[in-house]
Amino acid sequence: MDIHEYQAKEILSGFGVTIPRGGIVYSPETAENKAREIGGSKWVVKAQIHSGARGKAGGVIVCNSPLEVAQATDKLLGKKLVTTQTGPEGKIVNRIYIEEATDIEKELYLGLVFDRASESIMVVASTEGGMSVEEIAKEKPDSIIRSKIEVAVGIQSFQARELAFGLGIEPELIRRASETIIGCAKAFSELDATMVEVNPLVISKQKQILALDCKMSFDNNAMFRRDKVSELRDKTQEDEKEVYASDRGLNYVSLEGNIGNIINGAGLAMASMDMIKLAGGEPANFLDVGGGATPEKIVKAFRLITMDKKVKVILVNIFAGINRCDWVAEGIVQALEKIKIGVPLVIRLAGTNVEKGNKILRESKLNYIEANTLEDAANKAVAALNK
Amino acid sequence: MAIIIEKNTKILIQGFTGKMGTFHAEEMIKYGSNVVGGVTPGKGGQKHLDRPVFNTVKDAVQQTGATASILFVPPAFAADSAMEAADAGIKTCVAIVDGIPSHDMIKIKRYMKRYSRNEKMTLVGPNCAGIISPGKSMLGIMPGHIYKEGRVGIISRSGTLGYEAAEQMKNLGIGVSTSVGIGGDPINGSSFRDIIEKFEKDDETDVILMIGEIGGPQEVAAGEFAKENMKKPVIGYIAGLTAPKGRVMGHAGAIVSAYGESAIEKVEILKDCGVIISKNPSVMGDTVKSVLKKM
Repeated sequence: MDIHEYQAKEILSGFGVTIPRGGIVYSPETAENKAREIGGSKWVVKAQIHSGARGKAGGVIVCNSPLEVAQATDKLLGKKLVTTQTGPEGKIVNRIYIEEATDIEKELYLGLVFDRASESIMVVASTEGGMSVEEIAKEKPDSIIRSKIEVAVGIQSFQARELAFGLGIEPELIRRASETIIGCAKAFSELDATMVEVNPLVISKQKQILALDCKMSFDNNAMFRRDKVSELRDKTQEDEKEVYASDRGLNYVSLEGNIGNIINGAGLAMASMDMIKLAGGEPANFLDVGGGATPEKIVKAFRLITMDKKVKVILVNIFAGINRCDWVAEGIVQALEKIKIGVPLVIRLAGTNVEKGNKILRESKLNYIEANTLEDAANKAVAALNK
Repeated sequence: MAIIIEKNTKILIQGFTGKMGTFHAEEMIKYGSNVVGGVTPGKGGQKHLDRPVFNTVKDAVQQTGATASILFVPPAFAADSAMEAADAGIKTCVAIVDGIPSHDMIKIKRYMKRYSRNEKMTLVGPNCAGIISPGKSMLGIMPGHIYKEGRVGIISRSGTLGYEAAEQMKNLGIGVSTSVGIGGDPINGSSFRDIIEKFEKDDETDVILMIGEIGGPQEVAAGEFAKENMKKPVIGYIAGLTAPKGRVMGHAGAIVSAYGESAIEKVEILKDCGVIISKNPSVMGDTVKSVLKKM
């Protein structure tokens, strides 16, 4: 789960990370007042969407008066912002963060992620802040320093100090820099985060260490014990169909193609998508209804797929294990009594009681194309598309 | 003997009396697995499926001599149960459950470091189908009948894609020595490398089929291990050719976030390691067949 910049800043600030003064607004009028309340003579108006690279997309505007702040807010609110990370459809701006401008002396990068190879939390830092970590890795790989956190004991002061010195931070600021790094690490561990990124982390001309932009992501599997974090979810930033799916226990990812998929198991779903591609088609989605593929899930899956207007063919591929094909087939027949799909349907069943399952489908009134293997299913789906 | 489990391996069900635990315990018993009892805290002393229920794994191990367990407890309590099994002296623990927080998985793995190599539990999963040695024992949730007895070892992240492979092989008359589902989570108990190493030493396995997917370094690590250390042929398939970068594809671990984690990159690296690639998921069985023919 992703959260907004201002939410991440609020969290990190609670862990001892210094952030510039700022506040969230929902209208140009309150923006003007907020700017006065913050004080100073220069402000930054920042569109809050779940994406990086907002600056280049025009989502960050520097203003020299409260009136300008109001105008900038007016310009951004309600707009769809298209960044390099949002896809062409962009993301809606419903919240604006107003912040005092910072006199930047130096920009640094600080990130924390799970390192799957060492199965620990890795701190990644670089003197080349402001660029994305991918760009840093490509253009200035030597600037990157890393430190592995032993999760059983958490980050140690010496590790934070080593990182701070490694970033070339001057001695009188080392303590603050270390506290900042330790704060981020504690937030990561204590809140079930999967990513914390402060980019840039800046040293201001006034010799403050400030988190200028922050990003945090959290482990969906741990949200049951993180009420305060899960309340920060903003569904307006997620794909409508993906929200529908995740609220109903389906694993769904919206894609660009036109062959809709209903499959049980994530691996089999990816494999089926691969077969569609090899057959010359493009999948419209990834959809895993779960290993069990219960009739309820099948109904929800058909509802979801029919919400997607791109879909011109639906491919159902179920490998029945403990759940039997006859049971799955009955589920499909029942689902399609309730839902009109209006596009060709290819069904491939495999596994336990496959003959019985296919017999139920054949004897039903269902208009569909039967397939036997993965390859057969993909070929028939692509052929149905081209008819 | 097969890897990890044997015909008579004594098995405990953790979360025995729950709906999932009951259902799959029955399936395992039907298959012939030696289920000796189970654990549900607070229900110790009762009988369930004609087998004793214990309050703690320690009690169960002391009284039944069980060496393996399978977890059917909700994700929030799974880490605790896995550590309890490790502490009670269980040798093999399979965690079926999907949804264990990653921070908890790291904790389990760190906790297990307190045991010496010989005493350390093998954890398989979470978010997996478990282990089956056809004709011997099943410590998992797979449909046992799709596995023919034979000499090919299967390791798969995905449950249903592993079934797909087993069925393709069965249709070609090819059997399986042991199939291990290692699960789709980013941090798991046993890696591809851990399991292929066991298959290399197993005198009942001739060939290994490794079914991976996008995300993480484990498939590549296994390929590199195979290149340096293995004599038996390794066949590989990587799912997720069409998966977009940066998106989680169902399995929490199926996300491309670095170089070497996409399907195309993994396939290239595995080829360089001498792994024979099944060019698509429909020909996993055929690829195994052609490798067996050459032996």
